Amino acid sequence: MNFSNLIKIAVRALVRNRLRAVLTMLGIIIGVASVIAMLALGEGSKRSMRQEMSNMGTNMIMVMPNFMRRGGVSLGSSSSMALKMSDVEAIRNEAVNVAAVSPEVRASGQIIYGNQNAQSTIYGASEEYMEIRKLNIKTGRVFTSQEVKSMAKVCLVGQTVIENLFGEGVDPVGFNIRITNIPFLIIGTLEEKGESGMGQDQDDLIVAPYTTVQRRLAAIDYINGIYASATSEEKSPEAITEIEEILRRTHKLNDSDENDFRIMSQSELMSTMTSITDIMTYLLGAIAGISLLVGGIGIMNIMFVSVTERTREIGLRMSIGGRGKDILRQFLVESIILSILGGLLGIILGYLIAKGAGSLMDTPAYVQSKAVILAFIVCFIIGVFFGWYPARKAASLNPIDALRYE
Amino acid sequence: MEKTIIKIAGLRKDYHIGEVTVHALRGINLSIDRGEFVAVMGMSGSGKSTMLNILGCLDVPTKGEYWLDGVDIRTLSKDQLARLRNQKLGFVFQAYNLLPRTTALENVELPLFYNSQVKSKERKERAIRALEAVGLADRMHHMPNQLSGGQQQRVAIARSLVNDPVMILADEPTGNLDTRTSFEIMELFQDLNERGRTIVYVTHEPDIARFATRNVVFRDGLIQRENMVTERLYARDVLKNLPVENIEEFETK
Ligand SMILES: Nc1ncnc2c1ncn2[C@@H]1O[C@H](COP(=O)(O)OP(=O)(O)OP(=O)(O)O)[C@@H](O)[C@H]1O
Ligand SMILES: [Mg+2]
Repeated sequence: MNFSNLIKIAVRALVRNRLRAVLTMLGIIIGVASVIAMLALGEGSKRSMRQEMSNMGTNMIMVMPNFMRRGGVSLGSSSSMALKMSDVEAIRNEAVNVAAVSPEVRASGQIIYGNQNAQSTIYGASEEYMEIRKLNIKTGRVFTSQEVKSMAKVCLVGQTVIENLFGEGVDPVGFNIRITNIPFLIIGTLEEKGESGMGQDQDDLIVAPYTTVQRRLAAIDYINGIYASATSEEKSPEAITEIEEILRRTHKLNDSDENDFRIMSQSELMSTMTSITDIMTYLLGAIAGISLLVGGIGIMNIMFVSVTERTREIGLRMSIGGRGKDILRQFLVESIILSILGGLLGIILGYLIAKGAGSLMDTPAYVQSKAVILAFIVCFIIGVFFGWYPARKAASLNPIDALRYE
Repeated sequence: MEKTIIKIAGLRKDYHIGEVTVHALRGINLSIDRGEFVAVMGMSGSGKSTMLNILGCLDVPTKGEYWLDGVDIRTLSKDQLARLRNQKLGFVFQAYNLLPRTTALENVELPLFYNSQVKSKERKERAIRALEAVGLADRMHHMPNQLSGGQQQRVAIARSLVNDPVMILADEPTGNLDTRTSFEIMELFQDLNERGRTIVYVTHEPDIARFATRNVVFRDGLIQRENMVTERLYARDVLKNLPVENIEEFETK
């Protein structure tokens, strides 16, 4: 049998069994589409997370008091007061691999402007804080070291705070607001940062001199954290070691004592985040794999259900002169056509689903060619195998046995 | 050309079903000459279909010789057998065995698809000619389920003719048909036989067997007797003398 006859026979057989062909293809389409969509969403969120992380500065180092020690038993409030302004000074003066350092003092409270009010967090910091945390000024200016020293009642506001208090698009520089009843002058606004990877609003903040926040708002003499930036990303590990040594000394810890602080670096955080999104990708991949399996079982089911009719067809074809290999080739071509067609439709559908779901969930989906190829190959193999396998059995029968099959 | 087209000797066919062995054929010797028109008769289960399937190379004997057109079929591979079926034999089944959801024309074309010498234009022409020969030129594009039993059987006969076989084998071709349609099928076979084709068919009805030139009667897997048909019937005459009303009266009684 020549090639054009082969194609003609296969196409006729497919058209004759339209419903079966469509159902088989549906299995392949669903399988391919789900694998592609799932992996695209996983990869997309991973990428946007990574993007965001590097926006936050890859050489940032954070120091937090260590609340939890020994089997998760909290050692009470004293440990949360472990960090002092003197620690910041020590780091600033001694650590050579640290470019900038700032304390962080947090307070939350009610913000009032006219008859509007909102709840927000006030971050007390020194002027270096802006650069370390990659916060940019949109309008106005940052407070000066002089203002920090003099406990000036000035602040910078984030976009969410502006929206809540003044309405969108208003530039509130020069306005007076009250934070827990203490009047503050707005001297600058912060550029929008959007949501963080964990869904946190990064624009709902007010930044003020740490001295002001510490004394006037929080009424404490310790600080909540230290933010530093290494001179470069590569120097980050050395900077961390330095900071650790300095803090152990200033905290007068013996060699046997555990740290009463925790140091985290952005690159460390990033690898944690990456492994989280990796797990998510694997999870999505597993779901996709299951739907692939379901699709495959669907194909199998349809093929086996139609085996009786097809075996008779094979018997007839053999009785009028079809050779075993003619029959096998016909079935192979049939399933290749179905798999390719189904695979292509599946790729298109998967792409559309990924884009649609991505824009709904606000994570850009990223369709990797790797995923497309993987999904296609798997479905192709399933489709071709289950199209070909029953045919192989039937083609090995005597024509009369195939004709009598039930 | 040799006179004998079929020669079988000591042909046996056993079926094993679990512990039980069914001896469907128990040593058949038979030879059929080119151009003969043979009717195979016998009780149900006597092995007629089994033998016809072996003659048509659809099945293989357990033991014994089968020479078809001077070729020992035991020496042929599966592919060579397929080629033989494709180019020398035409088989008509009692159950028609047409491809469902496929037009009469495409059904008749089917054997020619497996013959790479036949180009697509010729394939179609030959299929149309075969359908014309069985009187179904106007039903070419009908599906099997749009045709009556007799028409489906005629499509099946057209399919067996289309490759211009030297021999046509038919297993109870009139088994499901009424008297008149049976005679029409016989007329078709007699026409084909007159034009030189060897025909072997199985039938239960003594009347239908009288259209042949020779009868072979089976019993329990053996040939019980063979005889030449003395008062042969000619379907053309029989149909002429068969008034339409009579049949209807007969059938409504
Ligand atoms: N595939 C098979 N498996 C097992 N036994 C079979 C098979 N085909 C036929 N037989 C047995 O072989 C014997 C002959 O069967 P065959 O079909 O040749 O009879 P037949 O003469 O054509 O009968 P009928 O007139 O009813 O069609 C029967 O006993 C039957 O049961
Ligand atoms: Mg029979």
